[in-house]
Amino acid sequence: MMRILAGLAATLFLALPLRAEIAVEEVTSPGGIRAWLVPEPSIPFVALELRFRGGTTLDPADRRGAVNLMVGLLEEGTGEMDARGFAEAREALAAQFGFDADADAVSVSARFLTENRDAAVALLQGALAAPRFDADAVERVRGQVLANTRADSQNPTRLGTRALFAAAFGDDPYGSSGDGTAESVAALTRDDLVVAHRAALARDRVHVAAVGDITGPELGLLLDSLLGGLPATGAPQPGAAPLALEPGIAVIPFAGPQSAVIVGHAGIGIGDPDFLTAYVVNEVLGGGRFGTRLMAALRETRGLTYGVGTGLAAMDRGALVLGSFQTANGRAGEAVAVLRAEWARMAAEGLSAEELEAVKTYLTGAYPLRFDGNAPIARILVAMQMQGMPVDYTARRNALVRAITLAEANRVAARLYDPAALHVVVVGQPEGVVPGPLPPLE
Amino acid sequence: MGMIRAIALVAAVGLAGGAAAQPVTTFRMDNGLDVVVIEDHRAPVVVHMVWYRVGAADEAPGKSGIAHFLEHLMFKGTETRPPGAFSAIVEANGGNDNAFTSWDYTGYFQRVAADRLELMMELEADRMANLRLPEAEVLTERDVVLEERGQVVESRPGSVLGEQLRAAQFLNHPYGIPIIGWRHEIAALTRADALAFYEAHYAPNNAILVVAGDVTAGQVRALAERHYGPIGARVVPARLRPQEPPQPAERRVILRDARVAQPYIARQYLVPPRRPGEQAEAAALTVLASLLGGTGATSVLGRALEFDSRVAIYTDASYRGVAVDSAVFTIGLVPAEGVGMAEAEAALDAALARFLAEGVDPGQFARVQARVRASEIYARDDVQATAREWGEALSAGLGVEDVQGWPATLQAVTPEEVMAAARRLVDPGSRVTGWLMAPEAAEAAE
Repeated sequence: MMRILAGLAATLFLALPLRAEIAVEEVTSPGGIRAWLVPEPSIPFVALELRFRGGTTLDPADRRGAVNLMVGLLEEGTGEMDARGFAEAREALAAQFGFDADADAVSVSARFLTENRDAAVALLQGALAAPRFDADAVERVRGQVLANTRADSQNPTRLGTRALFAAAFGDDPYGSSGDGTAESVAALTRDDLVVAHRAALARDRVHVAAVGDITGPELGLLLDSLLGGLPATGAPQPGAAPLALEPGIAVIPFAGPQSAVIVGHAGIGIGDPDFLTAYVVNEVLGGGRFGTRLMAALRETRGLTYGVGTGLAAMDRGALVLGSFQTANGRAGEAVAVLRAEWARMAAEGLSAEELEAVKTYLTGAYPLRFDGNAPIARILVAMQMQGMPVDYTARRNALVRAITLAEANRVAARLYDPAALHVVVVGQPEGVVPGPLPPLE
Repeated sequence: MGMIRAIALVAAVGLAGGAAAQPVTTFRMDNGLDVVVIEDHRAPVVVHMVWYRVGAADEAPGKSGIAHFLEHLMFKGTETRPPGAFSAIVEANGGNDNAFTSWDYTGYFQRVAADRLELMMELEADRMANLRLPEAEVLTERDVVLEERGQVVESRPGSVLGEQLRAAQFLNHPYGIPIIGWRHEIAALTRADALAFYEAHYAPNNAILVVAGDVTAGQVRALAERHYGPIGARVVPARLRPQEPPQPAERRVILRDARVAQPYIARQYLVPPRRPGEQAEAAALTVLASLLGGTGATSVLGRALEFDSRVAIYTDASYRGVAVDSAVFTIGLVPAEGVGMAEAEAALDAALARFLAEGVDPGQFARVQARVRASEIYARDDVQATAREWGEALSAGLGVEDVQGWPATLQAVTPEEVMAAARRLVDPGSRVTGWLMAPEAAEAAE
């Protein structure tokens, strides 16, 4: 035991704060579109990230899956080009476009070369502003979406997560998959896609980040040509999602050697003044790495799982704190009990001073490692805008982490974690797990 | 949860990579340790990797999984550091660490601020020479590996099929053994097995050090001399593996599993890997995979099966040429709703036959080559991927010239070479075909 303490002391001495030196320019295009830019001329390409707030939440209740299917069709033809023509044009330019929809946003990720930037942007502009929604393309992509939906229905972790969100959010869009159901996707028409496109892709909800071989004035002109043709306003954004998650244990029978365990209860949102502290506290309990309390308790000490993690699901209109792992069916009851005990210990006792110092050193050291390429930096900068962070946040973030006191951390730990509120979903053939109310902790 | 010590995924990779893009320095130390330094000074970050030229294909019969199990146990302490200290120290320095095992290599890496590089070398050199394994830690970790097998193989019918396909593909070569090992053999692995494997294979002359990021070659050389230099070279066994006999019979694997939501057809062909000084055919196979299975709207299989006949909703083709002994070319297909397995496979064979008859479309060939050139630019944005590419290639026996010459070799590929490579795909005597299906679908297809 002494040796590990000595080792940590020695390394703390080395742990000088590293700066996340990202010089972000705020750019406003002649047409009024705002963006964050980091010029990086050393490699002749640009990484561009767009986020249109709203995402699959904008689906009408009886058209679930419309935004998702619409986004899947953006690269399937525009103007004179059908799906093949569009793909050939993109490949000839060696440009890379990605389109995605989640509950809170439609995401567009693009990388294009300096040597043919204007042509690549013109191609992307057509995809965003004037997708064709050809009948054969709609049927082809619909088939792919239905295949994904079928695959999800046989994925135990996905099933468990879906069940927990359904229990938490009910009929709100957060309560169901944005992909839609087999029935709702089968019923979608081309008109539904046109409506979804008009609702979701508009200038009043777009955030932009660019990193690479481009200047501010050049980016301004690029954005006007890329986004200027989109409608000024889209569909209204819905209000907060009602959360009604009851404590207890649910079991979903599923054949297989393991049980997938998903747990959660109400969390802390991005806009909450306690969010950063909650993030730090959660990192100690179950952040995505080896040295967490849950990894020690479930994996290192007992060999119960390959991996366990917890996270703050801080969405635009609601927040949960979630945990998940997989374990052998025969040991599922033991594993759930260990997780609940750690959850309760964190709520009751909070962190030790040593744990807080260690996690601060880790988080402040690891933060700059995220900024290790044009594409990752662009993704971080657009996420910061979606979360309402100021442009200088990267320079201040580590100081904010270091300023968290033990008293604050433990107040937030007690606020965040509530073992009596846990909703537990077990997907598998678990032994030692009884559906119903949470049994008392030992 | 992508953080866990993981088996290297066999996935499609970029066409060219950044092997020729960044300033790279290579040298060999007196104790035989090969060193690769890739400079990228855009951010004050380094990735530090040690690759050992040993993997699942170097295991003794009956000891499947020992390479991967040892990878887990390398985090369990040394003569001077207790179990768990390695990752704890890395995390206390704001870094991340992990490890991976494949058939031909085992690798360990950390990402940290550039000023912590020396500490990473100190830690990694320590466990290269001084591993110590408490018995209790070994048994608990074996349970973790069994849970890992349950999670990443046995809970996923597609992974089970993949394991069976490889076992059927390689009758004699240990490439047919799963990296993680067969369950019954993992369950019998011991501390003594792990230590014996460690002592036989973990030596500086059987390793490659790759450092990439905000560092100079001179700095790496000085630090490596200080920390790895004192570890002496040892005799390590040659990689003399049983090779495959000719394949006179077509092979088929059918997995029926109630958990299969989406039927899948997988084709695998045994093909040559990239060989030192001899990469032209591998380059042709790489381009072939891109032509057959790139974007659905433009690829040969996508056009034929997703767009024209619509028997499939997804197709792919992939080839990974980095391997010591032999490589695998893979084609995959997801049949459309209502299309039977036999019908879909026949359509696949017809599409391949048509491609062989008609040859390469010049426009598509030109677009693939445009992407090869561009991928060198994009690859410069991801120095860690470049580091992996170097480590993997050198682990598999390729040389510096092979890695640096690979993009040019790809660009020199001709349509005629692609078609010559494609003719390998019509020989039933080199392939294994797998069907993944739900029990009901199985009956309907017969």
